[in-house]
Amino acid sequence: MRNRLIFSSLLLFTVAILIQSCQNEDSINYKRYYVNGKGIYEKNCQNCHGVDGKGLGTLYPPLTDSTFLLTNKKKLACIIRNGQSGQIKINNIVYQGQMPGNNTLAEIDIAQVIVYISNSFGNKQGHYDQAEVTKDLEYCK
Amino acid sequence: MKKLLFIALIALVIQSCSNESDTKLPILGNRHPVERTVDGKTVVDTIYQTISPFSYLNQDSLLVTDKDFDGKIYVADFFFTSCNTICPIMHRNMLDVYKKFKDNPKVKFLSHSIDIKYDLPSRLKTYATKLGVEGNQWEFVHGSRDSIFNIAAKNYLVSAFEDSSDPQGLVHQGWFILVDTKKQLRGAYDGTKSDQVKQLIEDMDKLLREEAANEK
Repeated sequence: MRNRLIFSSLLLFTVAILIQSCQNEDSINYKRYYVNGKGIYEKNCQNCHGVDGKGLGTLYPPLTDSTFLLTNKKKLACIIRNGQSGQIKINNIVYQGQMPGNNTLAEIDIAQVIVYISNSFGNKQGHYDQAEVTKDLEYCK
Repeated sequence: MKKLLFIALIALVIQSCSNESDTKLPILGNRHPVERTVDGKTVVDTIYQTISPFSYLNQDSLLVTDKDFDGKIYVADFFFTSCNTICPIMHRNMLDVYKKFKDNPKVKFLSHSIDIKYDLPSRLKTYATKLGVEGNQWEFVHGSRDSIFNIAAKNYLVSAFEDSSDPQGLVHQGWFILVDTKKQLRGAYDGTKSDQVKQLIEDMDKLLREEAANEK
């Protein structure tokens, strides 16, 4: 009985530590993605979309509409890599233009910049892993 | 004694204030001396560089010439609508300056497109509208290749050229050039740096005061 108690408490302790370390790694990963993503954003996106993600007039759409980013999350990787043309509606304002694609960004870069965008400018979507980018890119139109 | 000190202090403050508004912006660019004879004496005049006459089409397909800028100060720059490097930053900043001086009849803005092939007036109109600019206080102009690149290099002293090694094929500097009513260059500001754009706004106010004083 006593051994069993010790064993189970030890087991519980190990599991607890495991869970905690997992969470820590996740949050470290998230932070790493976010910080790197900021640099990638500054180099590749900020000219048009702005420091505060507000875009410019109706020339460049803002990244501050959390609904659009959330509902189109799975398309973001494709948009970043291949660009986007045609009409989109954000906050009930129509934007028509062409965003150039960027095929110099690796999947890890895309994941990092998506983490930055989807957790800045009023967005709070949490982590988004490189593996998900790989999956999303398979469904590009 | 105390009173005297106080008066001296006031005088100093007033003087420092008036000095500030008296400083004029420098006249930039090339210059050459010209001698002429007045009442039998030789005097030397300095001839400053000025903007040569020009003629372009604006975003409403209307003719825009140097005459439209007579009696006004203006800010000139070079850009193209599909540029995604420095142009968005420049025009985000220029838009702030434009809003500051909106509807001021003494102030104009002149953006030259260096994308001669694609930036036709209709495309400039779309660009201006999307930027939120109406009317013609801010002119977006289309001109011939030679006229645009020549006036950039020789008059505004801004480097702009076609370069096949650049991904977008066009290279240009992001200067905002301030021009006075005599078409002289009075300032050059990096349009991608917000502190220099702030300086431009201050200098425009200063130049407007100078022009108003000259009119009297």
